[in-house]
Amino acid sequence: MFGLEKKDASLLILVAVLTIFAPFILNPFPDGSALAQFNAGYPDLMQRFVIFGIFAIGFNILFGLTGYLSFGHAAFLGIGSYAAVWMFKLLSMNVIPAIILAVIMSGLFALLIGYISLRRSGIYFSILTLAFAQMMFALAYSVLTPITGGETGLQLALDDPRILSMASSTDGNIPVPSLFGMEMRDSTQLTVGAWKFTFNVGYYFCSVIMLVAFYIAIRIFRSPFGLMLRAVKSNQQRLNYTGLNPRPYTLAAFVISGMYAGLAGALMASMDPLAGAERMFWTASGEVVLMTILGGAGTLIGPVLGAGAIKYMENILSKINGDILHTWFAFLPDGLEDFIVTIIYPFIGKGWHLTLGIIFMLVVIFLPGGLVEGGQRIMQKLRGKSADTDSAKTEPAE
Amino acid sequence: MGILEVKDVNKRFGGLQALGDVNLSVQENTVHAIIGPNGAGKSTLLNCLVGKLIPDTGSVMFDGQSVLGRTPFEINQMGISRVFQTPEIFGDLTVMENMIIPVLARRDGSFKLRAIEDVRDEKDLIQEAEAMLDEVNMLDKRNMHSASMSRGDKRRLEMAMCLVQKPKLLLLDEPTAGMARADTNNTIDLLKTIKARGDITMCIIEHDMHVVFSLADRITVLAQGTPLVEDTPENIKGHPKVKEAYLGEAA
Amino acid sequence: MDALILQILNGLDKGSAYALIALGLTLIFGTLGVVNFAHGALFMIGAFCAVTLNRILTLSHTVIDETRTDFLGKPLQVDVPYVYDIFGESAGNAIIDWSVPLAILFAIPVMIAVGVIMERGLIKHFYKRPHADQILVTFGLAIVLQEIIKYFYGANPIPTPAPEAFKGSFDFGTMIGFDPNIIIYPYWRLVYFCFAVVIIGAVFAFLQFTTFGMVVRAGMADRETVGLLGINIDRRFTIMFGLAAAVAGLAGVMYVPINPPNYHMGMDFLVLSFVVVVVGGMGSLPGAVLAGFLLGILESFASMREVIDFIPGINQVIIYLVAIIILLTRPRGLMGRKGVMED
Repeated sequence: MFGLEKKDASLLILVAVLTIFAPFILNPFPDGSALAQFNAGYPDLMQRFVIFGIFAIGFNILFGLTGYLSFGHAAFLGIGSYAAVWMFKLLSMNVIPAIILAVIMSGLFALLIGYISLRRSGIYFSILTLAFAQMMFALAYSVLTPITGGETGLQLALDDPRILSMASSTDGNIPVPSLFGMEMRDSTQLTVGAWKFTFNVGYYFCSVIMLVAFYIAIRIFRSPFGLMLRAVKSNQQRLNYTGLNPRPYTLAAFVISGMYAGLAGALMASMDPLAGAERMFWTASGEVVLMTILGGAGTLIGPVLGAGAIKYMENILSKINGDILHTWFAFLPDGLEDFIVTIIYPFIGKGWHLTLGIIFMLVVIFLPGGLVEGGQRIMQKLRGKSADTDSAKTEPAE
Repeated sequence: MGILEVKDVNKRFGGLQALGDVNLSVQENTVHAIIGPNGAGKSTLLNCLVGKLIPDTGSVMFDGQSVLGRTPFEINQMGISRVFQTPEIFGDLTVMENMIIPVLARRDGSFKLRAIEDVRDEKDLIQEAEAMLDEVNMLDKRNMHSASMSRGDKRRLEMAMCLVQKPKLLLLDEPTAGMARADTNNTIDLLKTIKARGDITMCIIEHDMHVVFSLADRITVLAQGTPLVEDTPENIKGHPKVKEAYLGEAA
Repeated sequence: MDALILQILNGLDKGSAYALIALGLTLIFGTLGVVNFAHGALFMIGAFCAVTLNRILTLSHTVIDETRTDFLGKPLQVDVPYVYDIFGESAGNAIIDWSVPLAILFAIPVMIAVGVIMERGLIKHFYKRPHADQILVTFGLAIVLQEIIKYFYGANPIPTPAPEAFKGSFDFGTMIGFDPNIIIYPYWRLVYFCFAVVIIGAVFAFLQFTTFGMVVRAGMADRETVGLLGINIDRRFTIMFGLAAAVAGLAGVMYVPINPPNYHMGMDFLVLSFVVVVVGGMGSLPGAVLAGFLLGILESFASMREVIDFIPGINQVIIYLVAIIILLTRPRGLMGRKGVMED
């Protein structure tokens, strides 16, 4: 299908099915029940799942394949957002031109930054990308305020030109981003018994784009270009003496992953039309690194899983508070209840970063292949095979 | 006029004269060995041929073109492949993937963005790679993770990767270093077969005299960065100067 | 001229902090070959050592003071720190007042312990792993450490004052022959600078004049050879890690009065310190110190009104700009050795 091997095609179909039915899958608990807070099937969060999925898929093309660890990829996300919002301000509220401009702009910036940064490798490359991203953050925050909106961020206004569409909607408000009339924020709700499912235009729009992005990533992984990128990671010396110039290959990977980041940024702006400099801050770059590693760098599905896991934790884990814990453990004797709640409390709510940091360290230490490797190991155990790490590594990345 | 012409090459590292007035002419479709005691400058000379080092003075012409100032990948694209002292392969990739990269490099040049095609659809490239693997008796290992192979296998893979590019000149830096006797003999046999086809020039740096004398058509003896003599293996064997500088020391 | 001196002075305190953090980073990179992204967290932990000591010293119990009354006419309840009970009121007051400098004594053992535990428990296992893995695991550790601090101390900055004697500013200009009120410099910043110089001097003297230091320097130059000599280099490197942690921690302790500490201050400084290390030269101790002060001063020059009017925003990006230029033109940095991670 689509020129993919059977295994890749089934992976793509699986991801497609999961995203289509996500509003059901992510809402397994009836509305109003005690466990409803674990439901992730609301539009805001589902949009974030797929958008950060795109971001991580793109980052993985660079880091997973070539091994070049960029610590400044959020800069391209920010550029994508700014470009998209400017399109909303100047041209129209249609998301298509916004996305196109965002991808082009982030690609151009990636070309420039990549061209310079890729003259070095290893930690120097990481620091160069970090330096560029911090520089852009600092500029966006201060002197570039006319373009970026500075501290408040770039927002839409009623008097924006929007030459291809109306400056304001019929009721006199700022119009919302849309795809040929379909407003991104529109949702339909379906109530089945105690369950409530929400289907959001924006989410499905992002999902379609994510599936396309995922499909392209699969093609890149299986292509001669992808093979060269893996060769860059494996042995640059041999690559050179085989008559291949590593730099344009890595630069191409850098630009492609920058464009993915720009695409993600544009989608973020399309769901909520504003852009702020904090999207470019280096912790945001660190976040995509975490997602990719957590899921499994160099694997196809890993970054999507990692993005999902981290966004889920960020939004669900962080909402649990002490009271909720007490209700959960109310069945225990009082002393024990308090004790357990005290132990768990630092890891939830505002402390979810702590949990994230610990999980991340454990993954780097014990599971360098991320969740995907963990899954493979469990599968092997279940099948009763002895863990054959060599053959696991030989398998082309999934 | 040889396919490789080295003229008056000098290379200094600080106070050390690594190469002094090296002249060397390698004739097309012959095997030329460079021998010499440790520190004679063999590796420096080799690095000057492949673009890793640039000589201070002198010229290196390959096939009528200067190689000086070109990067290793450009020089490879001119038709020079290199086998390293410790095998340099793509350890994270399978044997077959290792083989496809040089085939692609020969067909597509040093850079071509082909991101949408599938490697597995390149049937003719795969066939070519398989044929080469067959020739080095590694076809059964095609799906193996190359880092997990024995050193002898890695060496054979590296040679196959070089040969599949059909280079005009193959440079071998101690191809049997650290190998067991059986592996060494296999390597010699392989190189003999390639030589017998008569369409490749080889330049070997080697310590093992057995390898040198069973393969070489010409031998250059390097000592302290300068060529001492250049002659046929028969004449080198009895040459008094060589005995003094090299064999005497080694024996 | 006066503006020049003022900017140099202004750059000194930040430069001192950069230099101290970069010094520790370089020590760790040079000896252990590890790229430590958690080093900023050590700086932050040091700062919270000062906060902690201050809190311990001001621990109080409530006493009813019969001589005074509150607005309802009841006897006033006053908090009396335990130190008053132990040392008397005036000595106790002095101790609380001097809590930040006193925290140095408190921080040294704490930081060494933190450093040693970190090295033995985690970093040790990453010597042979690629630099990317080291960056990742220490990045994870940094998140964990700062979240722990956040859990105990909250997210807001905690102001902790310098001793009364060092509050306020003095007129540096008049001391070197300028008109009054032109070059005003806060006392504590001068203290911080002197403190940094002392620490840097001590580290260098330690490496230069002790046998231990000699072995470490030899180890920085060639790890394997020293190992072959039968010297237990691993244990020395552990101590080195503790020392680097202490240097970062002390830099943090004394920085508290300049900037109230919060849990993410380490990360903020880390990014810049890494840039400093790179500019100075990976693995070069004098380079780290030089680049730290240089960039601190450069940053302060770039914040001058005249400069900002000329190139808007330059103060925000000058350090990064310098780093990019250095990396591209001279990747080994100002004083780095040739061939150390140069590609």
